[in-house]
Amino acid sequence: MKKLLMTFSGIALLLVLFIGLQFALTASRSQSDSGKKDTITFYNWGDYIDPEILKDFEKESGYKVNYQTFDSNEAMYTKIKQGGTNFDLAVPSDYMVAKLKDAGLLAKLDKSKLSGMSHFDKTFMNQSFDKGNEYSLPYFWGTLGILYNKKVVSEGDLKGWSSIWSEKYRHRLLLVDSARDVLGLTLLSQGKSVNDKNVADIAAAQGKLSSLMPNVKAIVGDELKLYMAQGEGDLAVTYSGEARNAMERNKDLAYTVPEDGSNLWLDNLVIPKKAEHKEAAYALMNYLSRPDVAAKNAKYIGYATPNKDAKALLPDSVKNNEGFYPKQDLLDKLQVYEKFNQYWTQKYNDAFLEFKLGKS
Amino acid sequence: MNKTKKRFTEAYLGIYGLWLIAFVVAPLLLLVIQSVSVPGQGFSLSNYKEFFTSGPYLAMTVNSVWYAFLITMVTLVIAYPLALCLTKLKHRQFWLLLVILPTWINLLLKTYAFIGLLGKGGLLNSGLEHLGFGPTQLLFTNGAFLLVAAYIELPFMVLPIYNALLDIDPLLPAASRDLGASAGQTLKKVIWPLSLPGVKTGVQTVFIPSLSLFMITRLIGGNKVITLGTAIEEHFLVTQNWSFGSTIGVVLIIAMGLTMALTGEKKKKKKGGRR
Repeated sequence: MKKLLMTFSGIALLLVLFIGLQFALTASRSQSDSGKKDTITFYNWGDYIDPEILKDFEKESGYKVNYQTFDSNEAMYTKIKQGGTNFDLAVPSDYMVAKLKDAGLLAKLDKSKLSGMSHFDKTFMNQSFDKGNEYSLPYFWGTLGILYNKKVVSEGDLKGWSSIWSEKYRHRLLLVDSARDVLGLTLLSQGKSVNDKNVADIAAAQGKLSSLMPNVKAIVGDELKLYMAQGEGDLAVTYSGEARNAMERNKDLAYTVPEDGSNLWLDNLVIPKKAEHKEAAYALMNYLSRPDVAAKNAKYIGYATPNKDAKALLPDSVKNNEGFYPKQDLLDKLQVYEKFNQYWTQKYNDAFLEFKLGKS
Repeated sequence: MNKTKKRFTEAYLGIYGLWLIAFVVAPLLLLVIQSVSVPGQGFSLSNYKEFFTSGPYLAMTVNSVWYAFLITMVTLVIAYPLALCLTKLKHRQFWLLLVILPTWINLLLKTYAFIGLLGKGGLLNSGLEHLGFGPTQLLFTNGAFLLVAAYIELPFMVLPIYNALLDIDPLLPAASRDLGASAGQTLKKVIWPLSLPGVKTGVQTVFIPSLSLFMITRLIGGNKVITLGTAIEEHFLVTQNWSFGSTIGVVLIIAMGLTMALTGEKKKKKKGGRR
């Protein structure tokens, strides 16, 4: 009994300690906040902006930035919908912009308050998820492609998506655990669209996919970059952002986008309808669209910027890297994912599930 | 005096009753309701029909049960001798603490540690290379999956068995030896039957969570082992088909109930026999 009591008082003590620490922290923060202009809450992916940019923005504009992070579009959607916290600027991916828009959770952008529109490359504007950019501005973009180890795989062998079916890669391939991406690349390899809504096409894709299993070593999530950096796989299907991350850890890795096209993904800046500091949100949006700032951010994050004037400011080694800034003819072949309703999401997922169940 | 005592009991029962309703009965009911209310159709058993007539889902169910069974067997084979040794040691509490210690570490961290151990340039592989075996593929194999799952579940098997063994009157095995039984016979005829309640608890606490493992299947198994846990995760997070996800959840609960019933029944019989 005495022991039990000791344990409980120990736990209680720890709790008090942590609450006290947290209290002290928030107290010191709010103290430094006093006497300033509004605090804007920026809801973004973890480590998805150069922290220096936020500091510079605070200095220049007088606004304070409260940087909050999420780790999935779905988590962000739920939080914005619940409305418990006030978010002034958020960064959803393409399909999530459509979903937020359809749910009436976004504020329409007042174009007269946007000063940086002219800097953006037209290729990344006016996309299917937000025609006319009424609600969103692109932040970063990227592709789905093949990350490979230069020591054992040559880029010349990876011209089209069909190349990953080659017998050479038996048990050497890692796949990203996503129905849309894996089925999408199969559809592309058959000359179809990543947004194909034809049951026969999907069945055919599933048939082709099942013959990929002998090559597949594992189907994994975010860990893919770690595995590739460790040399667990010789080639992997993944997103350009993840590829960049793995390449920083292992110099033998390189990234390429097959010639038959791929998925184009975009992360976008939006202002939620319930935002309380819209003026500040516009100010930050405009600041982030400034070429010098966007270029600095792109250098830090390593993703491709949709800001053409910022791209011009990047070092040649970056902007001429065709893996991350594909040439225009390949760029034209990139397709953005359309938002699927549940029926088609299910169809793609069922096909993918059956593929995963297939024994190699 | 007696009245206040009674009132206390009633108040306690009321609080626990409310707790049970709010956190056990209500969620279960919601799960069942969700599983039979198909969007656009209202009440329907179509989810269940689809589950029990679809090849992939049946295959996944078989996979889940089979791997949960294997994990339980592996942990049992390791845990029983371990628990037996523990009861014979001098500083039991210390050694027991060592067995429990891994449960203090976050599951995800342990799994990531195994990635480092089993990887191509990992500790195990470089060890094997020193012994003259070339680099072997360990990660993403069924063996690796079983190893990590068994490692994580081990303490939950050791503890109940250890407690059951400790409860055995030391005079019983001594008497058995005294009457001429060999050490093996004593183990088989005296210790093992008396420790069975602990073994059953251990089997339940390992088998049931193993049925719906999903994180290890991806991180260590590379999604080459697909269980119902994977499917539930997908339905709730990706396809957002909560109705079908709930159906799988209900099927799993029924499977767990069956396991409890199967392992619990014998216990009752034993008790009756002893009396």
